Amino acid sequence: MARYGMVIDTKKCVGCADCVVACKTENNVPDGYCRDWIVEDVRGAFPDLHMEIRSERCNHCENAPCVRCCPTGASYTDEDYGVVLVDKDLCTGCKACIASCPYDARYVHPEGYVDKCTFCMHRVREGLDPACVAVCPTKCMYFGDLDDANSEVSKLIRSRPNHALIPEAGTKPKIFYLL
Amino acid sequence: MGNSFSRREFIKISGLSLGGLSLGAGFYNKSSVPQIKEIAKGAGASISGAVKTPTVCEICFWQCAGWVHAKNGEPWKITGNDADPNSNGRLCPRGTGGIGAYLDEDRLRTPLIRKVVDGKQTFVEASWDEAFTVIADKLKKIAEEHGPECVALFTHGSGGSYFKHLLRAYGSNNITAPSYAQCRGPREEAYLLTFGEGVGSPERTDIRDAKCIVLIGSHLGENMHNTQVQEFADAVGQGATVICVDPRFSTAASKAKHWLPIRPGTDLALLLSWIHVIIKEKLYDEEYVAKYTAGFEELKREVAKYTPEWAYPITTIKPHVIVETAREMARHRPSTIVHPGRHVTWYGDDTQRVRAGAIINALLGSWGRRGGFYYPNKASVPKYKYPKYPTPTKSWRDAFPDLYPLANLALANGICDATIPKADKSCAFKGWLVYGTNLLHTLPEPKKTVEAIQNLDLLVAIDLMPAEITGYADVVLPECSYLERYDDLRALPGRVPTIALRAPAFEPKYNSKPGWWIARELGIKMGLEKYFPWKNFEEYLETRLSKVGLTLEEMRKKGVHEFEDRYPLYFEEGMQPEFDTPSGKIELASSLLASYGFDAVPRYTHHEQPPEGYYRLLYGRAPTHTFARTTNNPLLTDLMAENEVWVNKTVARLHGLKNNQSVVLVNQDGERSTKIKVKVTERIRHDSVYMVHGFGHTDKRLKRAYMRGADDTKLISRVKVDPIMGGTGMRVNFVTFESAGVS
Amino acid sequence: MQEITITSGRHMHHIDPHLTIWGWEIPVYLFFGGLVAGILFFSAVYFLRGKEDEMHATVRIAPLFVPLLLSLGLFALFLDLEYKLHVFRFYTAIRLESPMSWGSWTLAIIFPLSFLWALMHAEKVFPNWRYPYAWMENAMTYVKKYAKVIAWLLIYYAAILGIYTGILLSAFNARPIWNTAILGPLFLVSGLSTALAFNMILSKNKEEKHRLGRIDLIAIGIELFLIIHMFMGFLASTQIHVEAVTLFLGGPYTAPFWIFVVGIGLIIPAFIEILDSLHKVKSTLIPAFLVLFGGLMLRFIIVDAGQFSSWVY
Repeated sequence: MARYGMVIDTKKCVGCADCVVACKTENNVPDGYCRDWIVEDVRGAFPDLHMEIRSERCNHCENAPCVRCCPTGASYTDEDYGVVLVDKDLCTGCKACIASCPYDARYVHPEGYVDKCTFCMHRVREGLDPACVAVCPTKCMYFGDLDDANSEVSKLIRSRPNHALIPEAGTKPKIFYLL
Repeated sequence: MGNSFSRREFIKISGLSLGGLSLGAGFYNKSSVPQIKEIAKGAGASISGAVKTPTVCEICFWQCAGWVHAKNGEPWKITGNDADPNSNGRLCPRGTGGIGAYLDEDRLRTPLIRKVVDGKQTFVEASWDEAFTVIADKLKKIAEEHGPECVALFTHGSGGSYFKHLLRAYGSNNITAPSYAQCRGPREEAYLLTFGEGVGSPERTDIRDAKCIVLIGSHLGENMHNTQVQEFADAVGQGATVICVDPRFSTAASKAKHWLPIRPGTDLALLLSWIHVIIKEKLYDEEYVAKYTAGFEELKREVAKYTPEWAYPITTIKPHVIVETAREMARHRPSTIVHPGRHVTWYGDDTQRVRAGAIINALLGSWGRRGGFYYPNKASVPKYKYPKYPTPTKSWRDAFPDLYPLANLALANGICDATIPKADKSCAFKGWLVYGTNLLHTLPEPKKTVEAIQNLDLLVAIDLMPAEITGYADVVLPECSYLERYDDLRALPGRVPTIALRAPAFEPKYNSKPGWWIARELGIKMGLEKYFPWKNFEEYLETRLSKVGLTLEEMRKKGVHEFEDRYPLYFEEGMQPEFDTPSGKIELASSLLASYGFDAVPRYTHHEQPPEGYYRLLYGRAPTHTFARTTNNPLLTDLMAENEVWVNKTVARLHGLKNNQSVVLVNQDGERSTKIKVKVTERIRHDSVYMVHGFGHTDKRLKRAYMRGADDTKLISRVKVDPIMGGTGMRVNFVTFESAGVS
Repeated sequence: MQEITITSGRHMHHIDPHLTIWGWEIPVYLFFGGLVAGILFFSAVYFLRGKEDEMHATVRIAPLFVPLLLSLGLFALFLDLEYKLHVFRFYTAIRLESPMSWGSWTLAIIFPLSFLWALMHAEKVFPNWRYPYAWMENAMTYVKKYAKVIAWLLIYYAAILGIYTGILLSAFNARPIWNTAILGPLFLVSGLSTALAFNMILSKNKEEKHRLGRIDLIAIGIELFLIIHMFMGFLASTQIHVEAVTLFLGGPYTAPFWIFVVGIGLIIPAFIEILDSLHKVKSTLIPAFLVLFGGLMLRFIIVDAGQFSSWVY
């Protein structure tokens, strides 16, 4: 099993939200919902300020609480790519997975099933990057196999300081933000 | 039903439908717009069932080339064209959200004519033929009574070219775009005066290879000018030094090694002080300055007084920071860019302020050098041959005989002023064609704009959306979106000469039509058919393309064509340094300015600071919206539905404001904004407030945008006009807060 | 100071600015679940101890309400499902890691058991009870042979059900307010307490009432102990938990929790029950109703506050 993940360079990201729009059109995300979003994280006081801009989405956690708590097996980890997906035919819309996600990455699709970022598996299976990665004007996003030591993502994680979101929640997130 | 009224009322309804109207179906030759499936032929598709059509984005002026994708006959997405150096295959969020422009159900659907029904002015839905008849009759009358020169065109966007052509054929040269006097006019004039060439769009800044980027209020990343931001991010990623001068901790400021939170209105003091340091410490490129520039001694003499210690109390930037940043700029020369900015109409001395930055670029030798300013290439495609236009006898300039001598383009606000009759003005405008620009949100002093409109015999608005300007129009013509039409070839300056094609991906929705069709049909109605010899736009494009050995079929397959022949980009690569200035050199001291009685070297001018309890109103861009044009786009509104007013934390405490609370802003003249939410933040100085431009729409027909956030334009009730070229400085308004509960 | 802004305008229904995915349905379901667990637990325990007659209401009458109460709870749960047609999917998988999965299987076992249990006691409660068909009569005779086995099963599964109503929430690490192991025992004891209150209301036997009241006092004591323990645990935990618990210590849930749950739901009924047992006041059903009210409020407030608390933003 590969372990696909993402690396996002916060130094380059300008928070334009192109990833958000691209995701919405690529995946036909209904109005009012989104699978990814932009966070501006500002620390300090005027004029000594620091800002980290992050494109956030489902972290496709290795220890995914959404998969664990799903009563029907609708939420599962894809065996080939290590990506967390939802099988809408199994989903009852009980929302346990939504409650379990520390990143608030899931929502109930108006059609009744729970929906979220798929890492654009329909594209990845064809050898393409996820839509957000492919569209990013600043090229600040990288997608690849974290288990492959030669992948761009692995190299970046090794060579540059980075952090993941809320690692203390114990979910082992697979999106890494370069500082 | 009648047609006479003394005053144009702002009509807020979408149009009264009267029975028995033929909605112009017969005018439109459907076969000229192929169905989606036909368009698919030959185009590659990555996902089964998907087809793609080449386009050029129209959401802003950057004009990125891309592909419109449809899946199972339904609009799907828009992506960048990899072959386009102006997008590198990656669009910005607005371009990616362009499908929303097509999908927006609030679009104008059919021509509307202002009529008086039951004593009330209202729009009546009309056929295209009826609308054209009304316009043509009025234009004929104006030409007879006042001369065709008394009709002006305000334009923004690629479809404007057909109406420019139409107006010239009609006999008027009064064509204007708010992008000049309300935006980048001072910049173009400043660079023209200094280097003999403007900066142009897309900017010729070689950010890609820059080592040091100095931004004076330019919030790259928030103004999402695609490839410029791409290059900025690349440069930042490669470790370029960013020096960001901004009263606000912008996105760009967060990428900066040096953020200089300057007191608004004092940028020129900082720039002059930098020049002072660069000359005093001999940090400039001596060889370059000696070889290519004129007026160095005069410059040196003039800036002697602008020491960092002098600038400190004015700008609040500490002297050692000024010195340190000047040295940093010099360390990286010539790959240092003092960015010329884009929207630079701030304080009325804008040409001089931008010139000060241009002078630093000259001193550091970055003009014509890698990492500085390159010499752009432009694809040359011969123009379509038209009969000669009639020669106008008057122009907008006649209204201002002694003013703005160095304005090279018509002033949008000037035409607006000249429309209001005054005893001393010779040409009062009687008719306006307004294409794709919402003047109520674009021109400062909107009350004046409305007053001008009251003096018109004819106002025609051609637009995609029911923007506020359409509510004042006599005739509204619905143009289809850029995804539903052909337009002229895109030929932009850049490192590589290319052309790009926009082809229709979908049939025009409702009863909307492409701009070329509207201009042509109206032209024919006006008896100007000899100026429209082509039958449809495919014929026009084929003719132009054939002159460079291309076909429409080929362009439909690849979208972008790159030309082989090109000039070197930099002096070091063999570009011949030539400067189209009076001295033939880079003019550090401008002889032209001197000859008109202006300062040859920029001189610091003091600007009024806000009185106690008031804050300078700053405005800017969000990456997800273009001006006031996209704030109803369903995809983009989902990302940003309204703007907020940024208020410094201390100021908020002083006024008892809480985060997310709604307030009304009131300016120095008592102008009031619509309700806007407060963003309490550390990211802005205590003497200013900030909001993103383009919100606070008052036209109910824009359902998603109506009354969402506030419109900065309404609060810009005074301007400081640049005496050199007539630009309207708009950052001279001060506002205070009023709790939104009270009205 | 930290300023966090989501600039791409997240405003997802029931997700932003904080979760509201679970409205009244889940607390009602949890309340009925706990109540049913308590009723079955006490009924089975006193049945096994041979106190059917002394504890008539507890052993025989209360279980008659169970199928109805459980149906109401399950109906509330069903109403909460966003994809109701897929409700059968709960029973096409056994997922031991998912409390909701073993909760639904527990219900699948307890529901028929409770039905049989009710039928067994119906005959005693209603002297004229007759089955329409002989095979039913025969079947029940057969089932009654295993009454003790069923009683043991009921004790076992009622405990699981009672704890489950709390574990369901405490398994959600992502919501700091839920993320405490004390929620399981707390909800179990609260469920037992509400069952005792329910039985008190049903009982016409003074002795039984008093006995129930005394046990309830113990239950309330344990609940108070668990609540204090829960807050101590939060305050000694990570920053996230410390911040989350301020929702109850000065934050928006302070008044509802301390007044409705602790005050009206625990302390006041306990006080009245103490006075009652000391024969200082006339015997009354007020504490029983207050306990039921408190139990319901506990679940409403915990379900709501848990969704309000989060790790991010």
